[in-house]
Amino acid sequence: MDLWNLTLFQLHELIKKREVSCKEVVEAVLERIGSIEEKIKAFITIRGEDAINEAKELDQRISRGEEIRLLTGIPISIKDIFCTEGILTTCASKILSNFIPPYNATVVERLKAEGAIIIGKNNMDEFAMGSSTENSAFYPTRNPWDLKRVPGGSSGGSAAAVAAGESIASIGTDTGGSIRQPAGLCGVVGMKPTYGRVSRYGMIAFASSLDQGGPITKDVRDCAIMLKAISGYDPRDSTSVNIPVPDYPDILTDSVKGKIIGVPREYFIKGMDEDVEVSVRNALRLLEKMGAVIEEVSIPHTEYAIPVYYIIATAEASSNLARYDGVKYGYRSPYAKDLLEMYMRSRAEGFGTEVKRRIMLGTYALSAGYYEAYYRKAQQVRTLIREDFSKAFNTCHCLITPTSPTPAFLLGEKIDDPLKMYLSDIFTISVNLAGLPAISIPCGFSREGLPIGMQIIGKPFDESTVLQVAYAYETHTPWNKIRPKL
Amino acid sequence: MKITIKDVEHVAFLARLAFEEKEKELFTKQLNSILLYFDKLSELDTKDVEPTSHVIPIINIMRGDRVTDSISVDKALMNAPQRDGDYFKVPPILE
Repeated sequence: MDLWNLTLFQLHELIKKREVSCKEVVEAVLERIGSIEEKIKAFITIRGEDAINEAKELDQRISRGEEIRLLTGIPISIKDIFCTEGILTTCASKILSNFIPPYNATVVERLKAEGAIIIGKNNMDEFAMGSSTENSAFYPTRNPWDLKRVPGGSSGGSAAAVAAGESIASIGTDTGGSIRQPAGLCGVVGMKPTYGRVSRYGMIAFASSLDQGGPITKDVRDCAIMLKAISGYDPRDSTSVNIPVPDYPDILTDSVKGKIIGVPREYFIKGMDEDVEVSVRNALRLLEKMGAVIEEVSIPHTEYAIPVYYIIATAEASSNLARYDGVKYGYRSPYAKDLLEMYMRSRAEGFGTEVKRRIMLGTYALSAGYYEAYYRKAQQVRTLIREDFSKAFNTCHCLITPTSPTPAFLLGEKIDDPLKMYLSDIFTISVNLAGLPAISIPCGFSREGLPIGMQIIGKPFDESTVLQVAYAYETHTPWNKIRPKL
Repeated sequence: MKITIKDVEHVAFLARLAFEEKEKELFTKQLNSILLYFDKLSELDTKDVEPTSHVIPIINIMRGDRVTDSISVDKALMNAPQRDGDYFKVPPILE
């Protein structure tokens, strides 16, 4: 039995029955990393001995009779955007290439408290800016289903690691689709919770009104377990919301009877991949057979979402990334003679091209004379997009769309055309603008054998319905059990 | 043209970024096409629409004025590119 190939919940049952030790599980995953990481490049930092030692300590605590929690001994990886105390945290940027955080992100703290073992830090697009993980300052990650293709992004390392069995589950972040799009392109499950559900403390900021952390897992049950572990109010994040967190693993059911599922007609656009459309339409037919009611709805302002997103996200990013000035931490250019030159050179040498492009766009959009035309206008259209969703949710329990317009694209295919790259997020970004929860789950394969993702969008703080519909669909289909051959 | 190379230089200074000539030319071209695409928003009349800056209706989150744990000076300085005693060291600010 290959332990690395099991789900989080399967491993939990084995650990609970004392059939395997935490050390055996961690070693199996480390061995898997050792044999295939050269091809995938899903990690920036891999923890070897330290992770094994933590597992040994857990095994001792278990033998002394300590409670085995759902995450006890489970090797997980973390996108390199979350601060991990004493462990290098780079955000895949040269400007943070030597940064060792003195504290843990709340999400990391909560996972460790549940007994999870951090096996490593995942590769990503620099500062989460990108849709292919090609913007990493270190190296691109490759898609485990086809090494010539991208894993998506920006949480591409997380999705590729989980798909390839290099980690049992991962935590990513999603500002415009950065959890859901790579999950879809790698054939795994990825969820962006409602804005405010998961603390952003210690999560390196990109666009603060859109960023949200969430799980990437092998199946929906694992997703529910991880989401439960990381959710909840945190006084250290003033935008985290103080409302009860449901027991997500406990509410899963294989029935969708009576659920009204909306299908926004604007999400089946000209030019989208035929295999993607067929797979999602087949999924909708199956859900209907299972007792759901499928209803066409309209999100009329969909076509404005990309410009709105790229104005708001770059404006917030230009402000957030002002902190990288070479003074207190991170890269400082050795060539500067005075303070101003130190700022300019450290930033010019430390940031990659896409990050600079977005800082420039955001600075322009916020600069005197352009604020009203760009930033304020985008915030107003954001209101219209939110209202579109509110109206749809007057009649529907959830919405279903494709996660991305195409399966995984080739490395290099879009890297020289920023606008083309931005368009690959067309189905995911509205969800961030409206702050809604959404999941991507596998719903089939293209003719070339590439996984296809389906997105389920819920009402604010109704992750439960999203997980229920996802779980019901998953139990009736084989997709999540098919793994890439490597 | 929405912006010229002069605008790119101005914005670069505001953002404390330095560019080579070649990069400035590429950015002028790329930012122009992205900004033209952004113009799509002017199709919409938003005269009476309130802007959304945040999806959650929360304002002014206060905390009590209580002393809690904080990290030590050494931990705070452990990532400093240059350190002088208990201070971050930087190049001269004034001549």
